[in-house]
Amino acid sequence: MALPKQTFDAVIVGGGGSGLRAALQLSEAGHHVAVFSKVFPTRSHTVAAQGGIGASLGNMQEDHWLWHMYDTIKGSDYLGDQDAIEFMCRKAAEVVYELEHFGMPFDRNADGTIYQRPFGGHSQNFGERPVQRACAAADRTGHAMLHTLYQRNVRARCQFFVEWMALDLIRDHEGAVVGLIALEMETGQVVIFQTKSVILATGGAGRIFQSSTNAFINTGDGLGIAARAGIPLEDMEFWQFHPTGVAGAGVLITEGVRGEGGILLNAQGERFMERYAPTMKDLASRDVVSRAMDQEIKEGRGVGHEKDHVLLKLDHLGAEVIQKRLPGIREIALKFANVDPIREPIPVVPTCHYQMGGIPTNYYGQVVVPRGDNPAEPVPGLYAIGECACVSVHGANRLGTNSLLDLLVFGKSAGDHLSQWLKGNPQQRDLPKDAADRTLARLDRLNQATTGENVAEVGLDMRRAVQQHAGVFRTGQLLSEGIDKIRVIAERARHTAIQDKSQVFNTARIEALELENLVIVAEATLVSAEARTESRGAQARDDFKERDDRNWLKHSLWSMEGSRLHYKPVNLQPLTVESFEPKVRVY
Amino acid sequence: MTGDDRAQERLRWRSRRGLLEMDLILQRFMARHLAALEGDDLIVYDRLLDLPDNDFLDLAMGRSEPEDPAWRPLLQKIRES
Repeated sequence: MALPKQTFDAVIVGGGGSGLRAALQLSEAGHHVAVFSKVFPTRSHTVAAQGGIGASLGNMQEDHWLWHMYDTIKGSDYLGDQDAIEFMCRKAAEVVYELEHFGMPFDRNADGTIYQRPFGGHSQNFGERPVQRACAAADRTGHAMLHTLYQRNVRARCQFFVEWMALDLIRDHEGAVVGLIALEMETGQVVIFQTKSVILATGGAGRIFQSSTNAFINTGDGLGIAARAGIPLEDMEFWQFHPTGVAGAGVLITEGVRGEGGILLNAQGERFMERYAPTMKDLASRDVVSRAMDQEIKEGRGVGHEKDHVLLKLDHLGAEVIQKRLPGIREIALKFANVDPIREPIPVVPTCHYQMGGIPTNYYGQVVVPRGDNPAEPVPGLYAIGECACVSVHGANRLGTNSLLDLLVFGKSAGDHLSQWLKGNPQQRDLPKDAADRTLARLDRLNQATTGENVAEVGLDMRRAVQQHAGVFRTGQLLSEGIDKIRVIAERARHTAIQDKSQVFNTARIEALELENLVIVAEATLVSAEARTESRGAQARDDFKERDDRNWLKHSLWSMEGSRLHYKPVNLQPLTVESFEPKVRVY
Repeated sequence: MTGDDRAQERLRWRSRRGLLEMDLILQRFMARHLAALEGDDLIVYDRLLDLPDNDFLDLAMGRSEPEDPAWRPLLQKIRES
């Protein structure tokens, strides 16, 4: 079947912070660029980022990129690649000043310099004392960043394909990426984009968890696209959790509630944190509280019909304190938990927030795969940036404010590298004759199927299984049971049927295609987590409680074909400074 | 499928947002009201969907009021959902 075809120098999949930053770099260099986005770019999930952009500008106290580098490596529990981390921390000031130059409305000091907020985990002089390093625009940093970058892209005449869903990469017989197949939602038309390069910038896949802070669009499309094209996924066992999301919704309740005296209770009304952290109790660190909550649920002391959450009680603080100091919390509880915290406790559960793993890349954003003796050979024409990529600067645990920094630094770096590469590779490569066959077969099956699995039901079963088996509290038995479950669910996801067969804005079809991507990510997560018999950063194994540098100071690489695992070493060698040797992580 | 169905499906897709809070609010609103939306309400909902997520969230949570009073009846349904 002949499909319509268009031609570009570079095609970027995803219109969030990293995609827009890369698009700008390429468009301003004069390349012919297309950005694909499922939703209008300024409504990408980057809009949810509030905290700020970490950069050692030193506007508040003395600061240095080397201290930021140390904090990032320590935060990563030594799984981060030190070359990429040095690169990011050294480039931080430059990308923040560029954004300022583009018109980003940063908060200011009285002397006109950018104001910097305090944020957990950031220190002066290798952990000596806290430093203010986060550059923000009120509580709308992500929002302001998206608008600033989008306007600038329009000026640079970047071409946007809004409300399009990318389906698959096209690779030629040498493995080079030569095209992208995408679906226009308004018409249902499938189009082949012949291109010299593709940048995947599709964000995280937090929707694999039942409780997630991620918007519904975060379905890991880029991860599914890469995995189907034979690219392995790196470190997918590492997901960052926040202890208190509203059960059944995922909206966060700030840690400030426990700071004001809120306490956590199990089904027996017991203040269980007294057992897990006798000194700090409910104010223990995020990971300790999350793990305790999940253990209470796993051991049958959860609350509700499904015994799947615990309670956050704050009514003892009194109506006045709640209304005065925590007004936003009451609003959230009323709206998303249907409870008034002045009278009743809020149902809460550990909630997935951020994906540390992703498509393996180097610090130029080039996607790298093992080939022969080389653990990281670039795939010609393919890049990945932002939350869908694993550079790896976050390792086993991301430092707050480094997500927005990651988008800017590696968005720009990929744009620059690709711009140079395009100058030496001016020719479009030929598309293979069977370029779209597998994709069309996938769509055709969905169009023809009159009976089959219900997309919403399979999705719910997947999210429950991942939450239950790959949550904060992990054991080998839980994980291997989870793998069995997810394989059955993945098979069901390949046999869905939808009632609506229309070509025009067929949301049911999009959701079926998203589910196919999500189950790939779910399987990668469970298989990688089961194999890693240690606890490191966000991976907490109750049966292997210690970090094991002798055996596990390495990155997992999961391949979809055969669901196999390989490993590659962590790069402990920075670009110009001495290596930071792994140490016990104490705060 | 009729043209109206497709107009509603288009709005259903455009109700996918960058903020989880808006996804949840609009999911509940659509479950109760989307099938019955017609005429001016369809146009007003489309305009609301054009807003940046944070501004829309402020309106939906009652932290701010719309400039155009004609938006109020539909917004009230969103707030009550």
